[in-house]
Amino acid sequence: MTEALLFEKSRPDYRGPRLPEAGVEAPHPLDELPAALRRRREPELPRLSEPEIMRHYGRLASLNYSISENFYPLGSCTMKYNPVANEVAAALPGFAGIHPYQDEETAQGALELIWELEQALAEVVGVDRVTLQPAAGAHGEWTALRMIQAYHQSRGETRDEVLVPDSAHGTNPASAALCGFKVVEVKSAADGRISVADLESKLSDRVAALMLTNPNTLGLFERDILEVAQLVHGTGAKLYYDGANLNALMGICRPGDMGFDAVHMNLHKTFTTPHGGGGPGAGPVGVKADLVPFLPRPLVQREDGRFRLDNDRPQSIGRVRSFYGNFGMLVRAFTYVLAMGGDGLTDASRDAVLAANYLRARVEGVLELPQAGPCMHEFVASARNLGSHGIRALDVAKGLLERGFYAPTVYFPLIVPEAVMIEPTETESKATMDAFTAALEEIARLAQDDPEELHAEPRTLPVGRLDEVAAARHPVLRWKGGGGQP
Amino acid sequence: MPYLVHSEEDRQAMLETIGVASVEDLLTDIPAGLRVEALNLPPGLSEHATMARLRALADRNHLFEDRLCFRGGGVYRRFIPAAVAAVTSKPEFYTAYTPYQPEASQGTLQAIFEFQSLIAELTGMDVANASLYDGATAVAEAAMMAVVHTGRHEVAIHGFLHPEYAEVLRCYADGRGFRVIEGVPGPATAAVVFQQPNFLGLLEEPEALVEAAHAAGALAVACVDPISLALLSAPGEYGADIAVGEGQQLGLAASFGGPHVGFIACRQELTRRLPGRLIGEARDGAGRRGYVLTLTAREQHIRREKATSNICTNHSLCALAASVYLAYMGPDGLRKVATASFKHAHHLERRLAALPGWSAPFQGTPFLSEFPLRVPDPAGLTRALGRQGILGGLPLAPFYPDRKDLADVVVFACTEVNDAAALDALVEACAAPVEVAVR
Repeated sequence: MTEALLFEKSRPDYRGPRLPEAGVEAPHPLDELPAALRRRREPELPRLSEPEIMRHYGRLASLNYSISENFYPLGSCTMKYNPVANEVAAALPGFAGIHPYQDEETAQGALELIWELEQALAEVVGVDRVTLQPAAGAHGEWTALRMIQAYHQSRGETRDEVLVPDSAHGTNPASAALCGFKVVEVKSAADGRISVADLESKLSDRVAALMLTNPNTLGLFERDILEVAQLVHGTGAKLYYDGANLNALMGICRPGDMGFDAVHMNLHKTFTTPHGGGGPGAGPVGVKADLVPFLPRPLVQREDGRFRLDNDRPQSIGRVRSFYGNFGMLVRAFTYVLAMGGDGLTDASRDAVLAANYLRARVEGVLELPQAGPCMHEFVASARNLGSHGIRALDVAKGLLERGFYAPTVYFPLIVPEAVMIEPTETESKATMDAFTAALEEIARLAQDDPEELHAEPRTLPVGRLDEVAAARHPVLRWKGGGGQP
Repeated sequence: MPYLVHSEEDRQAMLETIGVASVEDLLTDIPAGLRVEALNLPPGLSEHATMARLRALADRNHLFEDRLCFRGGGVYRRFIPAAVAAVTSKPEFYTAYTPYQPEASQGTLQAIFEFQSLIAELTGMDVANASLYDGATAVAEAAMMAVVHTGRHEVAIHGFLHPEYAEVLRCYADGRGFRVIEGVPGPATAAVVFQQPNFLGLLEEPEALVEAAHAAGALAVACVDPISLALLSAPGEYGADIAVGEGQQLGLAASFGGPHVGFIACRQELTRRLPGRLIGEARDGAGRRGYVLTLTAREQHIRREKATSNICTNHSLCALAASVYLAYMGPDGLRKVATASFKHAHHLERRLAALPGWSAPFQGTPFLSEFPLRVPDPAGLTRALGRQGILGGLPLAPFYPDRKDLADVVVFACTEVNDAAALDALVEACAAPVEVAVR
């Protein structure tokens, strides 16, 4: 079942919606504007009535999986429930309707919210100040590295290397390269944790920072973190925390206390702001005192109970985006933090760790578990045990889709072959996790008894497996008009 | 406890299956000295109390009526059709994940493919990506594309680019190691960036700028207002290499500056330099048409440190909003919106410029729906208007502290919702003597 494009449903003679005419007499732009500046060819936008538009998007919606209907066991994505109260809060006219350039006295509520959220996040992760400007996780990561870069430059030090574990997410080295850093990989030990020996061999006064996730991308707590922090700081480098796995730690321990200098967070993971099909999110970064001068401007400051925007930050790296941040997402995260409180956030992380270990125990024997337990909030399995039947992690993923589950993260981290990374979060019931296990068991049976069936899945979704290779070889990236049957 | 689903029985059963006595047994890897007693945060609130708190904060902001807003500077209060929120509030869209598993994500994938097509049409370019964070970062991404494509290390800003966009560009440039200058392109210039209409609302001459860029071997990057493209020549029509801009005016709430949506589109030849996500058409085994994330070899998770950009995401739900808005308006609706805004602005400019002590600092330069005027006492004016519930024009002094010639210039914006009575109210309020502020 596929749906025609807006353009394919358009009718050339359909007249547009009723809109207010200009309320005053004035020259028409096409008479006034210099001819050279006028549009020559009208854009071929679709012409559709509202009923057709609503039907179109209603049908498209039915083609999606989403958290509202499906379990997303995606490792490192923390696909937890998106509270509906957050949506109500963000839509309040007093938030949705305010202009970023309104005078500060008329936006005190917004500034207070930003300040309060900053304070709360600083407490959760153990830092001095937080920037809420970055629009996404990778954006926050780059912001942190820019600040670290600016810090070293301010001390007249040339440090052009950044250390990244071989288990790291792809944005880590990309963000480093965006700052002109050379990326040096640090090996994991046999148990998947960072090799302190390899780290020591790669630390030097050329290193600006070590980027780490803790728990790491295998869901394991880096036990040697205090020693790692000491070694890194001993060479004058900074320690950066990738907050992808923060959901394991809230109220249990804090990255700032471990020695991290810059702590990145994902509001669209740990703090429930919805994924929206790929965005918008928000990637705040908390920092210790050394890095505070370099934070993006403006910062919100509180003085005598009033809030103001502080642009007077001479060492700031500047702005990383326009205005103050994805404010609508900040409202959502703040609503969640208020509702949960310190006790609730702690319980969330404890339940997340409990659920992951439960699911890990259920998956044992169905898929391979390369790392010894316990895990924290996620674990990595391997589909290698199904390989003798020609079944790969990809086939497991498609088999889960067929059975109504969104697939876990596959082929990441790179250091585990046929990796299947699973993170249930604290908002999935035991019954759901049991149903997921049953689906995996059925897939494992099919791998043995009828691998061809698995290769043919998914069968009952709107489309089957799509030829991504052909799509990349001859890219069709827009509707061009005419040709191509749905 | 909100949003936590397990009862104590569930927890016990899970612990038994795992084979441990308590959650503490799962946390033994954490050094004892790192454990926190409790977070120093207030306990959680009921939904009732939470919403009361949020409402109190929202009420502490002054919400100006749309029709009494005359401030732009990159964010504009327009009519947003009900259809937009009706679509973006569908949980199948807003709680969906990134469409990495295409079979389960055709709704999102097709909607964003439509967005790409709409933006390409609107800008007159060959291909557009699945969206970026905002107009400012879109400018920075275009600059980085040009730096990578030409191998040159300088980007030239022409004229009044939004100062925050220029600041963001400089932040990226400082990190990446390329230069940002203001002025004419030379042999080291990778790109010329200009904004149309510019930050003061005035119209540039894009053909001449594109020609000058190309003559120097640089790419031409046009940062454009999407509503303006209903009336103004499109970047594809005047030969720009890359078109970028901010899509907030396409159905997104002002929301104190975000989330909004950046767009980027380019000539065919530059397709593989585009950052971010791209959605392409594909076929399944039965020949059915579908959509997939494509050309992913460009992106950070494949190229890792060799990627052009680190951008991992798009503003998908905002791009969806923009698509619904454009579908609702169609070419006729968009032209009506742009025309009404133009007429309101030109009517207003004529009346305000005639006030005693007011003048037009750039006489003769055409504008669309935003315009600069020299006014007596910009700060006093803003306060006086605010007391009457009017969000007046944007004073330029804070943006250009070193420009004496702009110290008393205010930029007024009009949209289609500033009705005749609102225009009268603004003019009357501006004509009244401004009280001397008592500090």
